[in-house]
Amino acid sequence: MSGFSLILRREFALAFAGGGGPLVAIGFFLAMTSLLPLALGGSPERLAGVAPGFAWLVLALAALISLERMFERDYEDGSLDLIALGPAPLEMAAFAKALAQWATTTAPLALVAPFVVAALGGKTALWPIITAAGLTGGLAFAFLGGIGAALSLGSRRGGILIAVIVLPLFTPPVIFGAGAIEAFGAGLDWKTPLLFLAAYALAAAALSPFAMAAAARNALS
Amino acid sequence: MIPALANPDRFMAFSRWAAPLLGALAALLLAAGLVLDFTAPPDARQGYAVHIMFIHVPAAWMSLFVYACLGGASFFSLVFRHALARAAARAAAPLGAGVTAAALITGSLWGKPTWGAWWVWGDPRLTSVLVLFLLYTAYMALDAAIEDEARAAPATAILALVGLINLPIVHYSVVWWRSLHQGPSVLRAGGPSLPPVYLTPLLIMGLAYLTGFGALWLVRIRGEVWRRRAAVMAMRAAA
Repeated sequence: MSGFSLILRREFALAFAGGGGPLVAIGFFLAMTSLLPLALGGSPERLAGVAPGFAWLVLALAALISLERMFERDYEDGSLDLIALGPAPLEMAAFAKALAQWATTTAPLALVAPFVVAALGGKTALWPIITAAGLTGGLAFAFLGGIGAALSLGSRRGGILIAVIVLPLFTPPVIFGAGAIEAFGAGLDWKTPLLFLAAYALAAAALSPFAMAAAARNALS
Repeated sequence: MIPALANPDRFMAFSRWAAPLLGALAALLLAAGLVLDFTAPPDARQGYAVHIMFIHVPAAWMSLFVYACLGGASFFSLVFRHALARAAARAAAPLGAGVTAAALITGSLWGKPTWGAWWVWGDPRLTSVLVLFLLYTAYMALDAAIEDEARAAPATAILALVGLINLPIVHYSVVWWRSLHQGPSVLRAGGPSLPPVYLTPLLIMGLAYLTGFGALWLVRIRGEVWRRRAAVMAMRAAA
């Protein structure tokens, strides 16, 4: 357990020391939000209609942009070799890394998302479901994203390759989350899609550390 | 059968005659299927658009079947580090992408006269098949991005196995979020609902696609084996 918390603390320290914590992803989120009315026109009704779905989609995209740092930095400076050699299994280290990725990037985005929806004129009453879907779905995005980040280690083009690998895997959580938000707004049963989202996120959290560790070991070999 | 063929020499000897045999069988089945297809009467509701079904439905079946082959080969490649399994997985990917693209394109052409739209975003199965196509693309992109073959083999295998989770979602999405798309009508409890005039050519076309894929797959695996032998010979010549 000490190895796990050590890696977790290290990830937090690194995220807030050099990477600016969640600020980069939040900046991306806000920049995309300010571009939306420019692309779609300033009509309040139209913006209000797309606001929840847009916020949900850009949350998924913003979860993507910081993935490249997740393993690549440790791979390049040799820390990943040390972690792999250490007493803690690499699967556990991968779990800690993905958890830290969630806590420092995707979870803050989930807290910002209701404000983005409100700024675009969407229903403010949606905030509990947007935050809940963002926090749950963000877990799936972080763990699935970690697979892409680990697989693209040592390849020539990291960032775009991660996106190509990970975005198809994002489909089920995006569907479930959007379904939950839409059902909540329409006063329908929103618990079922949210539970599906939670199930998907938990399965991703349980299984993807093995894929991440296998991919990282392969890159280190 | 698989352990016997795991030996590359035995595989090459087997595929030397199996590939053309399957190809000839595919051509015969395709001819028979097309003749039965075009002699079938137009559908009462869809008219002649029903003929698209015989091209589209087998392509959609194969898009899933080829991914299952890719996943199976990737499993053997990852667990047993078998070079021939890796060659099989690598050879299957473009074929799967091609057959999935065919399913998407013919489905789109079929959707226009019957549903009135080229693409219906509200339908989960369309989206899932598109995701399947993107998974094939991701596999090929990752394969192309890692130069070192010793590293590319496990990495692509992991990706294929992760994507394999998508397969049941594609299949059960019809049941989960059914909307516009027609429900399953061939493989369902209580027997097929298609009349035999349509079912027979459809099944023959399915077999034609299956044997055609088998032939092309074997040819492509042979190509991979030759490529590897050529690389070894080049290394020896350079040393």
